Amino acid sequence: MNLCNLWITNPEMTKLARELLFPLIAVVAAFIVGGILILLVGDSPIVAYRLLLGSALSWPDGIGYTLFHATPLIFTGLAVLVGFRCGLFNIGAEGQLYIAAFATAWVGITFANLSPWLLIPFCFLAAILSGAFWAAIPGVLKARFGSHEVINTIMLNFIAVALVSYFVQYHYKVPGDPIMQTSFIGEGAHIARLGKFVPGFPERIPLNVAFLLALLCCLLVYLFLWRTKWGYEIRATGSNPSAAEYGGISIGKQIVLAMAVSGALASMVGINEVLGYRYRYYDGFSDNYGFTGIAVALLGRNHPAGVILAALLFAALQHGGIYVDGFSEHVTKDIVQVLQGIIILFVAGEAFFKWLVGRRFSMQRLRA
Amino acid sequence: MLELRQITKRFGDVLANDNINIVVKTGTIHAIVGENGAGKSTAMRIAYGFYTADSGEILVDGQPREIKSPHDAIALGIGMVHQHFMLVETMTVAENIVLGAEPGTNLALDLRSAGAQIRQLSEEFKLAVNPNEPIEHLSVGQQQRVELLKALYRHARILILDEPTAVLTPLEVEEFFVILRRMREQGKTVIIITHKLSEVLAISDEVTVMRDGKVVGRVQTKDTNAAELARLMVGREVLLRVEKPDAKVGKAELEIRNLSVTDRTGAKRVNDVSFEVRSGEIVGIAGVEGNGQTELIEALAGLIEPERMTGEINFEGKNLHTMSARIRRELGIAHIPEDRHRRGLLLDFSLAENSILGVHYRPPVAALAGGVFLDENAIQRRAAEIIQEFDVRPPNAALPARALSGGNQQKLIIGREYKVNPKLLLVSQPTRGVDIGAIEFIHRQLVALRDDGCAILLVSAELEEVTSLSDRLLIFHDGRIAGEVDPKVATLEEIGLLMTRGH
Repeated sequence: MNLCNLWITNPEMTKLARELLFPLIAVVAAFIVGGILILLVGDSPIVAYRLLLGSALSWPDGIGYTLFHATPLIFTGLAVLVGFRCGLFNIGAEGQLYIAAFATAWVGITFANLSPWLLIPFCFLAAILSGAFWAAIPGVLKARFGSHEVINTIMLNFIAVALVSYFVQYHYKVPGDPIMQTSFIGEGAHIARLGKFVPGFPERIPLNVAFLLALLCCLLVYLFLWRTKWGYEIRATGSNPSAAEYGGISIGKQIVLAMAVSGALASMVGINEVLGYRYRYYDGFSDNYGFTGIAVALLGRNHPAGVILAALLFAALQHGGIYVDGFSEHVTKDIVQVLQGIIILFVAGEAFFKWLVGRRFSMQRLRA
Repeated sequence: MLELRQITKRFGDVLANDNINIVVKTGTIHAIVGENGAGKSTAMRIAYGFYTADSGEILVDGQPREIKSPHDAIALGIGMVHQHFMLVETMTVAENIVLGAEPGTNLALDLRSAGAQIRQLSEEFKLAVNPNEPIEHLSVGQQQRVELLKALYRHARILILDEPTAVLTPLEVEEFFVILRRMREQGKTVIIITHKLSEVLAISDEVTVMRDGKVVGRVQTKDTNAAELARLMVGREVLLRVEKPDAKVGKAELEIRNLSVTDRTGAKRVNDVSFEVRSGEIVGIAGVEGNGQTELIEALAGLIEPERMTGEINFEGKNLHTMSARIRRELGIAHIPEDRHRRGLLLDFSLAENSILGVHYRPPVAALAGGVFLDENAIQRRAAEIIQEFDVRPPNAALPARALSGGNQQKLIIGREYKVNPKLLLVSQPTRGVDIGAIEFIHRQLVALRDDGCAILLVSAELEEVTSLSDRLLIFHDGRIAGEVDPKVATLEEIGLLMTRGH
């Protein structure tokens, strides 16, 4: 009761509680529902969950791969977050990251002999500019003509995937290679795997510097949105465009800016993939990162810190799913999809929980 | 007779109704007055079954009754007309009236008998409503009469009217009062929720005054006056008239020549308007809402695309036509918008963040690292100053603007706009939905700003406000200036005629 009072009376605490409580409820509820499903197919939920989460926490492989899988999800989660904060729904991170990955690979192949000091910045620039450009297109269309960004980003996803496949198939594939992939980028474009610096951490695990960049991006996005005038303008536009306009903010500019920043963040997935993992462009590499990013941003309550936590959870599930597939009788790794789906369902159903919990809170307050 | 006995109602930790007793005698017009949040609407919504009370009972004609839903209330002969009409625009009057109580069998709708019944009711109360007219063709006043008919059609004996005159012109208010008196003659009981004291004195037989969820006064209208009612409502003496010295008028700050503004459909909303506003004076614009005042102010503030405007807007000799809202603000034009939720505030942002809207991109707010980063200390200082000087309550800059009452939200906006030391202030409906106590404060602030030499253009639908504050008064009708009067000598009737007829 004392604890309850503390939580109710301190506004900062209630705010934090609210921010943490509902995603937490969503996750726990999803695991309960998932557990019932596992029982129904005839396996033990405890065994399945131990496989799922236990494997993600083992050192070094479990943790290494979880962080590796989390890297693209942090980037796309941030991309979707920046859009959301401006009132935009960027469903196009998937297309943006494909364009960026190919662009960075193209630079890495074409200028393979440059020194790393030039090549890596060029590769970064290629990824960021192409991703930002691809995302700015629907931004401009919305700002100028009012056409809805959801439709346009979805459409541009198809175009991006087809365009990049075309280039790989007809221009950049190694002749005779049955796999849809380009030749290797120059060694100067490689970014280091963490095994290089972390003692006891094997270099075969593809976790690389891009993960650190992902954490840095979380900090940068936070500073950008909450500490700069541009971030203020983007958030004001997302919160109430009429009031933003009244305050002398150009709505159109904010829409284009937010989309471009969003695309630039999505493009970092290409850096992780091409410069840090496969060292070539591999067609169809994205495991729906752009779309899972939407779920990550939602579960992370559109806050950079939340995005890290949500990305880690989804990455752990993704990694653990492989073990569930291999070691359990009936349950397959599809359980991961099911869990993610239920989590999103519960996050979306937040209003219901708010009502339920709000009622409990107010009743306690009455008695107090 | 309708009696609310010891009704208590809580929302979370807000005590909306605290053990209140209200007695409404049959065949009377009973006014319930109080500031926003005093609990008057809550009490009446309990009587109409929208809410159920936590404790207490409701007696209809001396019998204790359970009213759990509006359905129960209607069955007991209680009807309610809401502030915002609940009518389907594209349907006819008759269709709207029978909606939810359709006559005829399950399959066939018998509109003809309903039409006859509506016509008869309309004649009985002299409402002059044609049952076959679509709602969208009706004026606001006529729509309100349809709402009354809706209640009468369901055999209401007790009518609860929530802020019924808020949307009416002075002339329509007169007609509306005639209808209410006729209802009283026919034996109906009318409860009117309002905060306009002049109307309470004009129409009611008895008054119940509420403050902070409690009933603080029960008086016969003939035994009271505006000053006493205001004191009961606010809990202290209130200055109802604005005291202001003579204007010390300077040079013309704003000159408007032949300004026309069209809306998105191409219809002319402001039509060939010319006038000027000089420093040190308040120019008022009176008019029925929707006669182009909104578009005029937005055009001056830079919130309307230049393609939709013709004519000239000159501010200190500079043509504003293609200048953005930001540049106009930099020139010294501040704007208190009519709709604070839509235009004036970022409701989910904190008071601190709201206090910098419009100056957020320049020093002293954006001062760090070449003006890119916001200076949190400067923001907090600015917010603290506004909160203190303009008495914003609760004085907590970290609260979201949503958490404030309407009056305090308005004080925050006014403080923010004053803080830039404007040369021209555009003000729309400065006291809409604001409590009497705060109204007095806001009026004094406007006059003080005028006396400091600011040019003020004031738009208000409240005739008393605009006449008492303005030094010159323009009357708007159908996008044109129908006339200019001296607010010190013009009568309300004179202004009212210009507002409604345009000449």
